[in-house]
Amino acid sequence: MDKIIVTASALLGMALTYWFFLMKKEAAVAVAKSDFSGSSIDIVVSGGYSPQAVSIQKGKTTTLNFTRRDENSCLEEVIIPDFRVRKYLPLNQKVAIELKPEKAGEFKFSCGMNMFHGKIVVK
Amino acid sequence: MATTTKQFRIKGMHCASCVLTIEQALKKVQGIEGAGVNLANETATITYDPEQVKDEHLLSAVANVGYAALISEEIQTEDEEQKEKHRELKALRVKVVASLFLGGLILWGSFPGLMNSAPELLKNFWTELILAAPVQFWAGLGFYKASISALKHRTANMDTLVAIGTTVAFGYSAFVTVFPGIIERIGVEAAPYFDVATIIIGLILLGRYFEAKAKAGTSEAIKKLIGLQAKTARVVRDGKEIDISISEVEIGDIVRVRPGEKIPVDGVIIDGSSAVDESMVTGESIPVLKASGDTVIGATINKTGTFIFRAEKVGSDTMLAQIIKLVQEAQGSKAPIQRLADLVSSYFVPVVIMLGFITFAVWYDFGPEPAFLFAMLNTVAVLIIACPCAMGLATPTAIMVGTGKGAEHGILIKDAESLETAHKVNVVIFDKTGTLTRGEPEVTDVISFIESKEPEVQADILQIAASIENLSEHPLAKTIVEKASQDKVPLLNVSKFEAIAGHGVKGFMVGLAALLGRQSSHPIDAAIQKEAGELNAEKPEIKEFKAEPGFGLSGKVTEHLVLLGNFRLMESHEVAVTNEARDKIHELQGEGKTAMLLALSKEVIGAIAVADTIKDTAGLAVQALTNLGVETVMITGDNERTAKAIAKKAGIQRVLAEVLPDQKEAEVRKIQLDGKVVAMVGDGINDAPALAAADVGIAMGTGTDVAIEAADITLINKDLRSVVSAIILSKKTMRTIRQNLFWAFAYNVILIPVAMGALYPFFGLLLNPIYASVAMATSSVSVVLNSLLLKKKGWDPVKVL
Repeated sequence: MDKIIVTASALLGMALTYWFFLMKKEAAVAVAKSDFSGSSIDIVVSGGYSPQAVSIQKGKTTTLNFTRRDENSCLEEVIIPDFRVRKYLPLNQKVAIELKPEKAGEFKFSCGMNMFHGKIVVK
Repeated sequence: MATTTKQFRIKGMHCASCVLTIEQALKKVQGIEGAGVNLANETATITYDPEQVKDEHLLSAVANVGYAALISEEIQTEDEEQKEKHRELKALRVKVVASLFLGGLILWGSFPGLMNSAPELLKNFWTELILAAPVQFWAGLGFYKASISALKHRTANMDTLVAIGTTVAFGYSAFVTVFPGIIERIGVEAAPYFDVATIIIGLILLGRYFEAKAKAGTSEAIKKLIGLQAKTARVVRDGKEIDISISEVEIGDIVRVRPGEKIPVDGVIIDGSSAVDESMVTGESIPVLKASGDTVIGATINKTGTFIFRAEKVGSDTMLAQIIKLVQEAQGSKAPIQRLADLVSSYFVPVVIMLGFITFAVWYDFGPEPAFLFAMLNTVAVLIIACPCAMGLATPTAIMVGTGKGAEHGILIKDAESLETAHKVNVVIFDKTGTLTRGEPEVTDVISFIESKEPEVQADILQIAASIENLSEHPLAKTIVEKASQDKVPLLNVSKFEAIAGHGVKGFMVGLAALLGRQSSHPIDAAIQKEAGELNAEKPEIKEFKAEPGFGLSGKVTEHLVLLGNFRLMESHEVAVTNEARDKIHELQGEGKTAMLLALSKEVIGAIAVADTIKDTAGLAVQALTNLGVETVMITGDNERTAKAIAKKAGIQRVLAEVLPDQKEAEVRKIQLDGKVVAMVGDGINDAPALAAADVGIAMGTGTDVAIEAADITLINKDLRSVVSAIILSKKTMRTIRQNLFWAFAYNVILIPVAMGALYPFFGLLLNPIYASVAMATSSVSVVLNSLLLKKKGWDPVKVL
């Protein structure tokens, strides 16, 4: 009897793990806000990136302001390979990264070890 | 109190309220009298007492309110990064020592064999619980924090695995300690596993500590480059020499540099001369002699003399700043080889958690007694041994060391992809002029085909050629003009000048026949000479000259078409080339010289030959490439004979001659069509399209202009052997990446099944979770260390000779 319970729980655990981690919905896309000083968006780095997906305009300089609130050293660097950016994020400090995308599309960014991901949607 | 003003950039401002916040923060700093912040250009201007206020004060005041002051741009952030890393490492060390010490005590009191010698107190479960709790919840707090914040994003990472694994071990042990009766009732001996939880945390933190230390080594090159920057400059202002901070040097400032000092910024020497050690920037070890008019590079060291120079590039425009930016960008790029690792690591942790469930169920259902303990310990081992970090670190650490190592030797690599492609190169195309050759040619022959062989006539040939070439920008033109100036031959006026790319030059001149001794010596010439003088011709030709006895002379000054160039130029202007001229040209070309025909009024009157000497390093580089199995090709606009003669000297087999500048790109593509991976080596300015078309464009740097836009790799040291070094560096880096990836994959593929108990049915072998943590900590450290080995590896091109 206990074996059946354990087996069933394990199967349920696997299904839950699959559903929780691998079947999550596409993150909502946050749009960079523009004012007279230019276009910018704040991204909080804590156990991942919030917002996880940001939308910025093609041909326009947009500043991504990363602030790391997570002590985890895995998140201490942010990498945006398509823009050749590797930037160290000091804890609780805003780090501004300026991007001027020349083409539309989706560009991924991640932490230094590629465990956490986010994306930039260029329109 | 003497006050002074200072301006610096602020990063991270986006609204008007930021202005106020920063101004207030700055005004609070003791010694700052006034502060103004401009949102539009993101700068702060302060009036302050330099005795009291240091850069650090400004930085921290601005940072405290959430912005960054860029007092000397990138340099400060690197310092800050190092400080923070240092703090982190220190905190980590305390946790490692504490958890291993407490874990050691618990191990002593609980490990079979060891526990006999342990004091009774340590064998007490409650003592063990008290010792283990701080390790679990203080040293291991980071794992929990990271897991919880990751879970909020529905992601999981290494910390999640460690947190689950150690919590299971600790939770079970705590339960056994508090309720031993319940455990015994189900037939399991009440023994806690506090040692497992604590030692795992201690060892994984130790692994992180070593990993962080080793990782700092991977970005050492950037730190070294930043450290090269001079701190101050001695500037002449208002007739006085003052020492100012490097960030305050402006373009046009006159800077004095004394022996042994660092040259602060890029500029041009206006007085004095010296030997300058440029090795730190160009990798060239021999000091370079510099005199008035020469460019100097910031951060290089003045050896012997004193000189003053005019600052031409400051701040982020200096060559060093550009190099740093380029290396940083390259280190932020991603190599295509990493794609598989990226894909795997995005599924890795959830898959391992699922494997954990399987392990538990299978051991519980089919394992020997006590099944529950086997199931639990093996599940913990699976969670702990899985190491996604090694996969994540495999490629980037090697790329960082590789690009950094290149930069130290004057090889700037644009991105990881270029570094990856370079190892596949099997054809290297060299541009001739300025790349294989010095680009400082000399006039070797001046030949006249007209009847008079007088030396003056030779001088006249040179005069006509130099006059027309004076308007040309071709590298060979300068040589001919210089030769004329050395021989003190004055230049004539040329009108309607036209350069025909790949063919030569044309223009119109007056007064040429006179130079060639074809005019009357009659005194009436004087009158015509005067007319010519008004037309700016030194010696006029008299057109339609008639000397009719008794009737006087008539004639007028006129323009003549002058052509200087190759056979094709002559053909296109319908100039007949005599056999004598043709033979002479072929003879000169056979000697590797570039010979040009000079035609006046559609008649070939002479020829000028120019030869460019081949670089000393060309032969070595070609030989080394051949030894590496790379085919070498020379591409040039020169005719076949000259090209072959030069190629032979360099040892190059294949020659693409008479290729016009705009055809070079097509030639590169032709070779690519044969399935070859092509590297094109050029000066980066004239060959930009060919460099861009090649799989790897290699530009030989020129002066302080780092021509990086079109090139994948820039060689600042202009040494051809660096082409070989770049390819070897790429090969070694790729080998390291492959080793790393293989190790990272193989490690997980082999050890996860072992931890699950795959060997148990055959050998009765199980993996203790403590050994799992040792393996896991070693695996990521070993990947980083393997990348660091790249630093030690020799890739001197001479070695492949």
